[in-house]
Amino acid sequence: MSALASNDVVTEQSRVLPGEAAHEALVARAEVVAMTQATHDAALKPKDPGGLSHAERAALASRIARLNADAGLAAHYETLMHEAVASAEVECIADPAFKGSGRIGALIAYTDLASTAPKDVGPSDIEALKQAGVGDADIVRLAELNAFLAYQVRLIAGLKLLRGQG
Amino acid sequence: MSGVLHEFTTQVPEWRPRVKPIELANATPEQLEALQVTPSNTQVSDYVLVLANDVETLKVRSPLFNAIMYGRGGLSRAERELGAVGASIVNRCIYCAAVHASRHNQLTKDETVIAKIFADGENAEIEERQAAILNFAVRLSRAPSEADPEDMRRLRNAGLSDEEILDLILSASLFGWANRLMHTLGDPVARDDANGGSGR
Repeated sequence: MSALASNDVVTEQSRVLPGEAAHEALVARAEVVAMTQATHDAALKPKDPGGLSHAERAALASRIARLNADAGLAAHYETLMHEAVASAEVECIADPAFKGSGRIGALIAYTDLASTAPKDVGPSDIEALKQAGVGDADIVRLAELNAFLAYQVRLIAGLKLLRGQG
Repeated sequence: MSGVLHEFTTQVPEWRPRVKPIELANATPEQLEALQVTPSNTQVSDYVLVLANDVETLKVRSPLFNAIMYGRGGLSRAERELGAVGASIVNRCIYCAAVHASRHNQLTKDETVIAKIFADGENAEIEERQAAILNFAVRLSRAPSEADPEDMRRLRNAGLSDEEILDLILSASLFGWANRLMHTLGDPVARDDANGGSGR
């Protein structure tokens, strides 16, 4: 593989352009870039979303991007959220000021802690998800979504620094 | 809970899940494929069985992990492990830190660098190239916005090429991912023997 896909989210968000040294480095790791996009698609738009809908995933992703001060990435996920036809309640998730209640409140509480202070996540935080009715498989889906976002937002930030516009 | 480890170690612990692993007997063909279960390989860790609950992500994450940590060229394998250790320290993922610190030690045949990092964290007095790598991994892990142009200059001054820096960004970021699975979905517990594990 030698070229980067034109719709690759990480390349687009980091604004790395052909001719730049960072672009050459990415082309040398084109396989990693393509696999990264595949994990984006699996975490955001899985064929079987289980109990975590595409709209909820996109809304949580937009929230995580905001918690990490990445407005461009937040806008990308807001677009996905609208494409998935989110309800008014689900759209609220994207706003870090919204804390919600019940199941949505539990998804948000885990997300806020895992995004910004993962070292502080303990057994009681997983128990709280179970108490709110989130099943074991959906807890794993939620953790993967958060974990993928942590990777993606750092990869983008690192690439911006690499090309000298951090 | 008894036996849960809270201090960094190079002895790889056991991992006790907080959510139910899938049962191999009930696994779907897609799950078996992602788990790479074959008649000659039926040993699958609880960690991977937990992740199989989200098989679509697991299926694409495993090859990504291998490409970032073991892909040819670029940053040395030991220095990629150092990026993983930096992230794991910030996120206090005892399990991931143990696996990747011990891999770093095996690759470098030197235990002093990790011993200093476990004792003094990001302020460990180690050789400048390693210190610049650790510093960048730690700051990017704390918050993406915390890594700044000065940290990047330090990497360049230490002699890292663009390709090497990209590999460091990838390995540190990848452990932002791995730590959030390993550290939030289970607990590291002491084991009796000293077998290796799969901190990924």
